[in-house]
Amino acid sequence: MLRVDLFPTHEYKGLKLRAGRPYPFGATVIGNMVNFSVYSRYATDCTLVLFHNREEKPFIEIPFFREFRLGNVFSMIIFDLDYENIEYGFRMDGPFKPEEGHRFDRSKILLDPYARLITGRDVWGQQPNWDSLYQYRARVLLNDFDWEDDLPLETPVNDLIVYEMHVRNFTCGAGSGVRHQGTFAGIIEKIPYLNELGVNCVELMPIHEFDEFENKRTSPINGSQLYNLWGYSNVGFFAPKAAYAASGRFAMQADELKNMVKQLHRNGIEVILDVVFNHTAEGNEQGPYISYRGIDNKTYYMLTPDGHYYNFSGCGNTMNCNNPNVRDMIVESLRYWVTNYHIDGFRFDLAAILGRDQNGNPMSNPPLLESLAHDPILGKTKLIAEAWDAGGLYQVGSFPSWGRWAEWNGKFRDSMRRFLKSDDQVLSDVKERIIGSPDLYASQGRGIKASVNFITAHDGFTMMDLVSYNSKHNEDNGEDNRDGENNNNSWNCGCEGKTDNPVINELRHRQVKNAITMLMVSQGIPMILSGDEMGNSQQGNNNAYCQDNEIAWLDWNDLQKNADIFRYFKKIIKFRRMHKVLRYEDNLRHQDYLGYGYPDFSWHGVKAWQPESGHDNLTLAFMLNGQYAKNDGVPDDFIYVAMNMHWEMHGFELPKLPQGMAWHVFANTGIQTPYDIFEPGEEPVVENQNEVLVGPRSIIILVGR
Amino acid sequence: MDKAQSLETYKLDKALDSFNYQQVQDDIMGILERGSGVMIDMSACNYISSTGLRVLLCSKKVAAAKGLKICLSGISDEVKDIMNVTGFINFFDYA
Repeated sequence: MLRVDLFPTHEYKGLKLRAGRPYPFGATVIGNMVNFSVYSRYATDCTLVLFHNREEKPFIEIPFFREFRLGNVFSMIIFDLDYENIEYGFRMDGPFKPEEGHRFDRSKILLDPYARLITGRDVWGQQPNWDSLYQYRARVLLNDFDWEDDLPLETPVNDLIVYEMHVRNFTCGAGSGVRHQGTFAGIIEKIPYLNELGVNCVELMPIHEFDEFENKRTSPINGSQLYNLWGYSNVGFFAPKAAYAASGRFAMQADELKNMVKQLHRNGIEVILDVVFNHTAEGNEQGPYISYRGIDNKTYYMLTPDGHYYNFSGCGNTMNCNNPNVRDMIVESLRYWVTNYHIDGFRFDLAAILGRDQNGNPMSNPPLLESLAHDPILGKTKLIAEAWDAGGLYQVGSFPSWGRWAEWNGKFRDSMRRFLKSDDQVLSDVKERIIGSPDLYASQGRGIKASVNFITAHDGFTMMDLVSYNSKHNEDNGEDNRDGENNNNSWNCGCEGKTDNPVINELRHRQVKNAITMLMVSQGIPMILSGDEMGNSQQGNNNAYCQDNEIAWLDWNDLQKNADIFRYFKKIIKFRRMHKVLRYEDNLRHQDYLGYGYPDFSWHGVKAWQPESGHDNLTLAFMLNGQYAKNDGVPDDFIYVAMNMHWEMHGFELPKLPQGMAWHVFANTGIQTPYDIFEPGEEPVVENQNEVLVGPRSIIILVGR
Repeated sequence: MDKAQSLETYKLDKALDSFNYQQVQDDIMGILERGSGVMIDMSACNYISSTGLRVLLCSKKVAAAKGLKICLSGISDEVKDIMNVTGFINFFDYA
C-alpha cells in the first residue's frame, strides 16, 4: 500500500521535496527518500547544503521553507537522492551575540550533530585541505548490517576482565604482524591473541570521529608532527572514526566496526566504548565552528552569565549535559551505539561533569545519569564512570548510581601503587581495596561490582614504567614536561629508566608480577592496560596522548623480550576466570554464615588468623573459602594469598585446611620463571603445610583442595 | 540445495556502486525469477561500494529463500580486502 504522504510537494532547482519528519534527528533513508532533520532552539532560519562527495563547492543549497519547520525543528525530505554520493551540512541564521550565548554565523557550513558518517579525515595523518569551508562532512548512512544471531553478550559484570586499548597503539607498532595496522580490521586479526591472553572485554579509547590534526604542536626533540592520538575530543557523537577503518577511504567504517564487534562477540569478548560527552573539539571562544557552536551554542554548551565557555573539562568548553535537549542527544547517541553497533558498555570520560547543572553546580540527582540508569535500551549495558572532572569534582564512591553505575576506582590505583613501593602508611586502605572497596561502595548497597579496579590506565605510566621511573618524562610532548600527572606513586627500583643492571631488571619484572597479582586477586572488575602484559614501556612518558609513534605503539617484540611477564599474565587471568571465589558480586561478610567451618573471607598475618601480626605494615595475608562460591553446586577451592612488600623475607604461618585438603602453590613472584606460576588446576603441593616463606617484595598464592 | 543446480553467469562491470546498482539488482533478480542460480563474475570489477555490497548480500538472501545459489568468482584482491574487513566475505560461496 502506498502512503499518501510520500509524494513530493515542492520542487527546488530540479530536486523534489516535501516537509520532512522532525524525528529522528539527522539524515535517515526511507525508501527512495532521505529525511533531514535538525534542531535549533534559537536559529531563525536554516539551509541544507549538499555537496557531491569530496567536492569543495556545494551543488545546491536548499532553504527549509516555512512549512518545513515544526516547533524548533527544521526537517525536509528529498526524493531520489543518490545519497551514497552526497555530503551534507547546514547553514544556520540567527543572532551573533556572544554575551547572550549566541554565535550564529551564516557563512559557516555546519556538521549535523547527529551525523552517522563523517568524512574529511578518512586516512590517518593525511593532510586535509585546510582552506576547505567544510572540514568534517556528514554523509548519509544506511544502517543495515547482517548481525545474524549476534547481540551484546551480557557477561555478568563481576566476571569481566577488561583490557583497555587504543585502536592505533594496539597494532601500529613493530612486529604486530597484521595486514591493516591501526584499524578495526587489525583488531580482528588480533582476536586469537586476545583469546590467548584470556581477557573477555576490550575497552576502546575513543572511537567517535575526532581530528588527529587538532594538536598543532611539533616535537621539541625531533620536530615531527604531534597529533591528537587519543581522541578525547569529539567531532561527532554518532559516527565512528573513519581513519580507524581500513575501509575508511571508501566510507565503510560503520560496516568495519560492526564486523569487528561481531567477530569479538563470537569469541566471547565484549566491547566497551570510552565516550567523551563532557566537551567537544570546538574548544573555547577562539575555537573553530564545527557543528554545535553554530547550530545552537546556547543549547549545547555550558556558558557563564556573560556568554563565555565554562571549562570543567580542561579542554576549553563543557557540554551542557543537563540541558534537556543535550541530554536527549546523549541518550540517543548511547542507544544508537547499542542498537546499531551492539556495544556492550560505556566508560564515561570525566563523568562527574554529567552531573553538573547548567550553571556548573553538582546536582544530587542528575537527570541525565538517572535517565541512563533507567533507560530501557541500555537496560543491560555496562555503565562505568570516570567519577571525577577537571573542575575539582571527585566522586569516587559517591557517584550517583541508582545501582547501575560502576566507577573507575582511582583509590584502588593509588593504594596499590603505594603498597607496591613499600609505603608503610597504606595497609588498611589496601585491605579495603582487596575486598572490593566496601568503604566506598557498601553504603549505597552497590556491592563489589561497582568497583572497576586498575593499577594502570591510559592516563599515567604503563606498568613497566611504573616500576622504572620515579618521575614523568614528557618532554617529547612539547609542553616543557608540565603536562601529565605529577603524583604517580611510582618507584624506579634503583635507577631511572632503562638499565642493564640484572638485579634491577629482575626486581622490575617481579614488581610487575606483584602488581598484576594484586589486581587479579582483588574483588571487583579488573582492568588491564593494553601492553602491560608484554612489559610495554612509553619511555617514562605518562601522558602519551600526542605520540603517534613508537612511544605509544605497542612493540610486539616485547612478547619475546618479556616472555615471563606475558606467561604470568596469561596464567593469572586464567586463574581468576577459573575461581569464582575471586569474583564476588556482593560484599563479603567475613563470617561463617552458612556453617562451613570457615568464614567466607578471613584476614591473616605472618601468624594464621592474626591479621595484626605483620611487619612494618608491609605484610598481609587473606584466605577465601570456596565453599561460599559454588559453581553449579560444586564448591570452589580455598585460596590463600600472602603479600610481602617488605624488603626482607618473612615466614607466613598457614591456616589449617579441612581434613583431606592440602595447600598447593599456584604463584610465587619471588621465584624465577617458570616456577613463578603454574598452570591453574595443576599446582604442585606445598611441602610444608604449616608455613610458607615469602621473599622480599613478593606475593604467594596457594590453592587449597 | 540441488548440487547440480545450474548457475547462470552474470558479469559485473568495473564498478558496482550507487550509479549502477539498480540495474545490477534488477538483472540478478531477473535471473533468480527464472529459477536459475547466479555465478557473479567479478573479474572486471575493481570497486564495490557500500551499496554494491548490499546488492550482493540481498541477492544472496533472495536466492536462499528460493533455494537457489549465488556464487562469486574472479574477485580482485582489492575488492576481496574490502569484503574481508567489512565481514561481507563470510556470506558467500566462491568459485
